[in-house]
Amino acid sequence: MKSEQQYIELYKEVSTLIKQKSCKVMNDVRDEAFAMFEKVGFPSRKVERYKYTDVDANFAPNYGVSFSPLTLTPSPYIFKMSEAPVDINEYYAKVADLSDGITALNTTLAHDGIFIHVPKNTRVEDPIQIDNWLRGNVATMMNRRILVVLEQGAEATIIINDHAEEKQRFLSTQVIEIVAKDNSRLDMYEIEETTNLCSRFSNVYIKEGRDCSVKHNSITLFNGQTRNLCDVYMQGENSEVTLNGCAIGDGNQRIDNNTLIDHKVPNCVSNELYKYVLDGKSVGAFAGKILVEKDAQKTSSQETNANLCASTDAHMYTQPMLEIYADDVKCAHGSTVGVMDEAALFYMRQRGVREDEARMLLKNAFMGQVIDQIRLQPLRDRLFVKIEKRFRGELDKCEDCRLCK
Amino acid sequence: MLEIKNLHATVNGKEILKGIDLTINDGEIHAIMGTNGAGKSTLSNVIVGNPVYEVTDGSITFNGKNLLEMKTEERAHAGIFMSFQTPIEIPGVSMTNFMRAAVNARREALGLEPLKSTEFLKIMREKRKLVEIDQKLMNRSVNEGFSGGEKKRNEIFQMAMLEPSFCILDETDSGLDVDALRIVAEGFNKLRKPDTSAMVITHYQRLLDYIKPDVVHVLIGGKIVKTGGPDLALKIENEGFDWIKAEIGE
Repeated sequence: MKSEQQYIELYKEVSTLIKQKSCKVMNDVRDEAFAMFEKVGFPSRKVERYKYTDVDANFAPNYGVSFSPLTLTPSPYIFKMSEAPVDINEYYAKVADLSDGITALNTTLAHDGIFIHVPKNTRVEDPIQIDNWLRGNVATMMNRRILVVLEQGAEATIIINDHAEEKQRFLSTQVIEIVAKDNSRLDMYEIEETTNLCSRFSNVYIKEGRDCSVKHNSITLFNGQTRNLCDVYMQGENSEVTLNGCAIGDGNQRIDNNTLIDHKVPNCVSNELYKYVLDGKSVGAFAGKILVEKDAQKTSSQETNANLCASTDAHMYTQPMLEIYADDVKCAHGSTVGVMDEAALFYMRQRGVREDEARMLLKNAFMGQVIDQIRLQPLRDRLFVKIEKRFRGELDKCEDCRLCK
Repeated sequence: MLEIKNLHATVNGKEILKGIDLTINDGEIHAIMGTNGAGKSTLSNVIVGNPVYEVTDGSITFNGKNLLEMKTEERAHAGIFMSFQTPIEIPGVSMTNFMRAAVNARREALGLEPLKSTEFLKIMREKRKLVEIDQKLMNRSVNEGFSGGEKKRNEIFQMAMLEPSFCILDETDSGLDVDALRIVAEGFNKLRKPDTSAMVITHYQRLLDYIKPDVVHVLIGGKIVKTGGPDLALKIENEGFDWIKAEIGE
């Protein structure tokens, strides 16, 4: 039996319950999403965008599905999906691509979600922070849903932290839809610090209007198996998008980032920088496509994926892609996979730096390029500390997580 | 005291050093001269423990310790320093952080507390002045974007920070103009304590005008074929190596 069957049966059993717990806007698309999931199922490795992750194997184990309600700290900009202050029908499940099996399943099973709404010309000074805590007495599946709408001229910073209880298996799906209207500005950080018993499937969809700036940072500090998809649709002129990511793997961890930046209109800028440091037997994958459509003249795009394989058993798959249909653009893409610089290690050791310390300094330096670009200084400082701890094997995964206190 | 006996070493299976005997007492400066490919850099790399080289026979002891059983960093902690012929660039690691890691690693090995930040920066400032190296280089990544002269000066600066008891200057003069050479050499002389010993590898007499050797060795074909006083370096400067090769029948 293919693993989607158990989810199909599950939904048939609990659909009434989910609908009772959920709200109209989510229920309105639920059956459509389910029909789509029944049709497409989980993407196999023959599907181009899923060739580096075995989805079926991750969804095969038996997980209890959590339908517990969200807890939200009151805030002027954060709402439960069911309590959205504006009509979200035109956004919910409209930005996301339902033909993706993960998105279809998430839309089928998510019973509640978070709606972040920043009104017109409003600048949210303090970062909006969402902490996801995975916990449960049994192996548990969570389906998270977030919708972000930045009205015209709105500005916000959003930080999403993923934590997980130790010694328990978790499977999470996540769909984030972001609508950045004209002249808005968004800085978004997703930081995963879970455990090696966690499987994460995250799909982020971003629609950008004109004169916008969106930065999305995906940071995998500690994980089990992670699959992050991020699609950006640039629909208004003079906008820019930055997709940055860093991933640290060791042991048997797997980290797969898959991105698409679709330049639909002229005069936009996109920058992409993903860096991986892989140790142990970890596996990393990066596939990023920049699509420049026929009318998207004067597009400027730079895509870079640089990787350090710190052990001989680590594997990196990298696939930077450019697809250009316009004739007046400036686009570059490239990727590198390298090993530790032995000459630099020797130089440092000759000065008395211990070998493990020297390796740590080199790995840290490699990641520095991504972290340096983080605009939010306290977060930048914290991540430098965390990354150094991670490389030292001292990362207390729950040091600022309320689960363990 | 550094004592090398019957040292044989290979790189990628090829024998480069074919039986080196050399004793350098505390406070002495020994110059090593020789033709290209004679094994001069191999000798210095073997002393500091570069893993690329394999020692196949012989021994090296330093102040009674068997160097060949020590890791590269342990040799550094014991007081051995090499000024690299081609200093390595390390993007993303600042000079300050690099030096802090190096100084504190040595202190840890000697059973000392790590230096406080203010103390460390004060020492950095003092040593920097000795070799006339710009503060702005300290905030940059190690050797990245440094000119050839700045890299060599940076080597001597690191030596100043680490206060070694035995220094290897591996072609420190190569690629330096006369002024830079003078600054580097004078820096070395100022830093040197009476019991600091050194092995100076060079092709030219020029450096030895500033750093006066007690003993001059000629290394050819992986062996020390001639040893003499400072005059030997002058004679080589004027007459080259051919007369020595003739003497040994090559």
